[in-house]
Amino acid sequence: MGDLSDVKEREDKLQGMGTSLLRKEDAKFIRGQGTYVDDIKLPGMLFGAVVRSPYAHARIKSINKAKALASPGVVAVLTADDLKPVNLHWMPTLGGDVQAVLADKKVCFQMQEVAMVLASDRYAAYDGAALVEVDYEELPVIVDPKKAMAKDAVIIREDIADKKEVGHGPRTHPNHIFTWEAGDKAAADAAFAKAEVTVREEILNPRVHPCPLETCGCVASFNKATGYLTVYMTTQAPHIVRTVLAMLSGIAESKIRVVGGDIGGGFGNKVPVYPGYVVAIVASIVTGLPIKWIESRIDNISTTGFARDYHCVGELAATKDGVVKGLRFTALADHGAFNSHVSATKLPAGLFSICTGSYAIPNAYARVDAVYTNKAPGGVAYRCSLRVTEAVYLIERMMDVLALKVGVDKAEIRRRNFVKSEQFPYTTSFGWTLDSGAYHNALEKVLKAVDYDGLRREQAARRADPKATSLMGIGIATFTEIVGAGPTKVCDILGIGLFDSCEIRVHPTGGVIARLGTMTQGQGHSTTYAQIIATELGLPASDIVVEEGDTDKAPYGAGTWGSRSTPVSGAATAQASRKIKDKAKKIAAHALEVSEGDLEWEIDRFKVKGNPTRAKTMKEICMISHTSNIPAGMEQGLNAVAYYDPPNMTFPFGAYLCVVDVDKFTGEVNVRRFYALDDCGTRINPMIIEGQIHGGLTEAFAVAMGQQIPFDENGNHVGNSLMDYFLPTAMETPKWETDHTVTPCPHHPIGAKGVAESPHVGGIPCFSNAVIDAFSHLGVTHMDMPHTAYRVWQTLGKLGVNQR
Amino acid sequence: MANMHDVSFKLNGKNTSVKVEARELLIYTLREKLAHTGPHIGCETSHCGACTVDLDGMSVKSCTVLTVQCDGSELLTVEGLEQGGVLHAIQQAFHEEHGLQCGYCTPGMLTRAYRLLKENPNPSEQEIRYGIAGNLCRCTGYQNIVKAVQSAAKKLAAAPATAA
Amino acid sequence: MIPAGFNYHAPRSVADAIKLLGDLGPDAKLLAGGHSLLPMMKLRFAEPSALIDLGKIPDLRGITQVGNEVHIGAMTTENDLLRSKLLSDKVPLLVEGAAWIADPQVRYKGTIGGDISHGDPGNDHPAIAIALDASFVLKGPKGERVVKADGYFLGLYSTQIEPGEILTQIRVPIPPAGSGWSYQKLKRKTGDFATAASAVLLQMKGKNVAKVSIALTNVHATPLKASAAESYLVGKALDDSTLNQAARLTMDICEPTHCQRGDADYKTAMCGEMTRRALVAAAQRTK
Repeated sequence: MGDLSDVKEREDKLQGMGTSLLRKEDAKFIRGQGTYVDDIKLPGMLFGAVVRSPYAHARIKSINKAKALASPGVVAVLTADDLKPVNLHWMPTLGGDVQAVLADKKVCFQMQEVAMVLASDRYAAYDGAALVEVDYEELPVIVDPKKAMAKDAVIIREDIADKKEVGHGPRTHPNHIFTWEAGDKAAADAAFAKAEVTVREEILNPRVHPCPLETCGCVASFNKATGYLTVYMTTQAPHIVRTVLAMLSGIAESKIRVVGGDIGGGFGNKVPVYPGYVVAIVASIVTGLPIKWIESRIDNISTTGFARDYHCVGELAATKDGVVKGLRFTALADHGAFNSHVSATKLPAGLFSICTGSYAIPNAYARVDAVYTNKAPGGVAYRCSLRVTEAVYLIERMMDVLALKVGVDKAEIRRRNFVKSEQFPYTTSFGWTLDSGAYHNALEKVLKAVDYDGLRREQAARRADPKATSLMGIGIATFTEIVGAGPTKVCDILGIGLFDSCEIRVHPTGGVIARLGTMTQGQGHSTTYAQIIATELGLPASDIVVEEGDTDKAPYGAGTWGSRSTPVSGAATAQASRKIKDKAKKIAAHALEVSEGDLEWEIDRFKVKGNPTRAKTMKEICMISHTSNIPAGMEQGLNAVAYYDPPNMTFPFGAYLCVVDVDKFTGEVNVRRFYALDDCGTRINPMIIEGQIHGGLTEAFAVAMGQQIPFDENGNHVGNSLMDYFLPTAMETPKWETDHTVTPCPHHPIGAKGVAESPHVGGIPCFSNAVIDAFSHLGVTHMDMPHTAYRVWQTLGKLGVNQR
Repeated sequence: MANMHDVSFKLNGKNTSVKVEARELLIYTLREKLAHTGPHIGCETSHCGACTVDLDGMSVKSCTVLTVQCDGSELLTVEGLEQGGVLHAIQQAFHEEHGLQCGYCTPGMLTRAYRLLKENPNPSEQEIRYGIAGNLCRCTGYQNIVKAVQSAAKKLAAAPATAA
Repeated sequence: MIPAGFNYHAPRSVADAIKLLGDLGPDAKLLAGGHSLLPMMKLRFAEPSALIDLGKIPDLRGITQVGNEVHIGAMTTENDLLRSKLLSDKVPLLVEGAAWIADPQVRYKGTIGGDISHGDPGNDHPAIAIALDASFVLKGPKGERVVKADGYFLGLYSTQIEPGEILTQIRVPIPPAGSGWSYQKLKRKTGDFATAASAVLLQMKGKNVAKVSIALTNVHATPLKASAAESYLVGKALDDSTLNQAARLTMDICEPTHCQRGDADYKTAMCGEMTRRALVAAAQRTK
């Protein structure tokens, strides 16, 4: 029918939601014209090189700057003493603690910042840094978090030794940070007491690091004449940083501008405020010159926000059919020497309480004890959505452990425990209301796609074959994650609620500019937000410009991390668009001389009901809104801003399945197949979703199979460069198969849940479950990550499987 | 201070001269003296490949080459792929196949893919993966990059023969 | 990130390079491909006062057949080795070994001479050279001498090269027609140094081993010639039992250090496993 094809043609022209629109941001990147922070060059700019401690725990006896200051090109050498006059030698962290900006009297982790050398160029700065002489007196070192709270343990944080709390409740030991609990311990204990079956495992989530390809850095530029501070930086949350800088520096927030330009990957590494930024800012304030600080890769891996380091005990209580009746999960959290990671003030262990996962578990208790050690600070990072990786790893591992104990298939045990579709909205034992989900359907789709029964038959045959040279494993992860931080009542950083924003301005000739409080680091926001607006407003995405990152221009927001952009700013985008659309409808009614009730919206225009040739396109209304032909009392223009405080978090979910073959003699794990089904609700750009799933799965593969930040007993790093830190190449990386279901989020204006933490959250337990499943028939219930060939070989040896 | 060296080479077809210390690495000359910030720095141990440029017909990591070694050389960086306002097939293919996200590995990846297709105009998937094993990416998982290289191979095979 | 300062020289002949090496003394280092030395200098683990770049000496590159040998210039890159039809036809073991060194970009610059001279037990060419019974040509102020690969490597970063000498050429006897060959390298990922690796060159007579060379990478301070395993296999058929015994004999001489790639037990076991796989693969290639 002519009308329908015309409608489709008009819809296609918009390239709105649901289309795999090619990315607008590509044009500059494929030409090498991105503007990353190290590309920035300002007149008079100095370069700052940081001098770092070789020791994990030591007193600083003296610092001699003389040789460095005499080195050609060196302008200044800053130490803690130079920051004291401005009271910036220590700074508050996003986690409620304080952190040394430059080490004052002692160092608490290897490679801690001790001084910064400022010089005319990078080469001179590094030469100067090599000449700074620091005299240390070594102290005993705590590397094992289990030893942190021993009676005679050395005190790491002498600066807060007498403080009874560090932002999150009473401390029981100088190296104790906080203890956090959730759920109902009594009810959980009761469930365990009467359970038919209980299982318990000690499960390590090793310290790893997000390692984006671009390291952290900034160019800080203070204008002495105007008192205005500009900081170009690698940041995932420019506004939060601006507010923090105002609190730290005493400079009015109205005179601080933070600019996040192009960022070469974040993955949570670029949320915290690192000492390097603060010293560069102070240096700029003191000198009045722009100061560039760019860290090296070894600096990055060794000192910026690591991820995980959770030493867990997982316990499930169940019926003999594997129906879970109780859950007790505890974790000893190694935060390093300072509690610096981003924490909602009420949630120091992040969103760990999502650990009931996709399952209806009636009694649950969780507890996290956090301690200081002589290692770099951090913990929340790396596509974790605030400890969700830790939580989901634990529950998905424990479901497999339970399956083995009760002799139930690993897919079937999940079916028996899933929250059923008719139970949504479902409030978990920890108080999270899962708004929507369809877990059984997702799992069945995956099992069918891979012929699960066939795979289990193949595995059985392989196990029965004495000549087999490999072990076959099948891993399943059916995860529910919690993203989209979040409702301001629950979620804040240093008190600032985690709402977000979108401000839209429409031009007379139909173009649009939208600015948001989120901050892309490769997620394709210039494209996807344009697609939302295109569908909402009926204007082509090609004519919609999206900007983020400049705090002078963008409305306030909490940035991009934890898959929160679509859930929060995406909602704000829809709300702002709808404000505009409401106004546009009134203008259309006025222009067409009908009442609003006589109009209906179709793709890109308001049509008069029953008289469709009478219509006003949105493009026409854009112009009209700038003229006098608008209702009396109405202001001109089509502009709106929305600040969205989400009513709830969102709960994307998925079902992943992995098949591995383990070489019996080398321990090498070959990933034969990985099938990933994600449900992120409404899908804005399928191509962009799929690309990020590929990336997140690759990072999950890296974590599960090879990443770790190891230390020796003196707190020295033993693998902190890319020689040892496992970043897979295209050779190791498996091929990914992606699939999806769509269960719209009922409380989100466009039904979206957010995406792309999920492949990491779900991928890690899926890989782990696969490797361990390869050994299940030999009685193995758990193996800690990373599943390197070496470590797997050790298990093979213990089992006597690899004898030649 | 160490002696300065005069070094001349062709950069993306243009005659270029610089004065450098012996220890100045090519990546810094390109980025800081010659305003070619396409190639990036991702590590200091010569692993990541973000700094990859094309030097006398070879893919090299410009962080591990001294500028003084490039006297008389011909250098191609990502900035030189587009000719006369027309994107190179490899650039177009990366865009069409969504072979980039944050864009940081992209200049090195494109420059390497460019040379890979000259070494082997019709590579298999495995040969592509082997051929880009010196370029790390954290965002894409390589799958779409492989598709992009395959697509570019087809485009180049179909196109009339051109120089470079 | 940034190397310390140094003086740079780019001689155009081997004679000039030797003279410079003599004049500048022990703080000067030769620059071959630069992909071992420059990374060390960037981290300031090495701070030579001068670099003598061998890259502008045409005599040092090239792959030619001379009688029953292939002569390879020390500055021949890994990529050159991979592209050489002569080597693919006559010394494919060398090509297989080069293919797993580092990555494409490093192979465009990294040289066989640099790989051998560095004395790093993790490098691949030393064991391959031993397995091939290659020899190295060393040129110095006193003239030229030819030293066998077997015995050339003395210890960690230590070879038979004297101060003032330059490795100019690698001479490889062409293995007899019908030889089998394999280089099996276990690694954490593509481009990594070997966790353990084994180079095998094999000639069969009927069902039995007529001649076999086995050399091992990264399981000791130097590459190892597995003489006991070689002697054991001569005259025997290759079956599970003899393969296992040969593997055990290679494991007996391993003394690997513990590192992030694995502990001594793992590396030793992998040396045995790689040897086993190399023997099997080599046998399949014999004609």
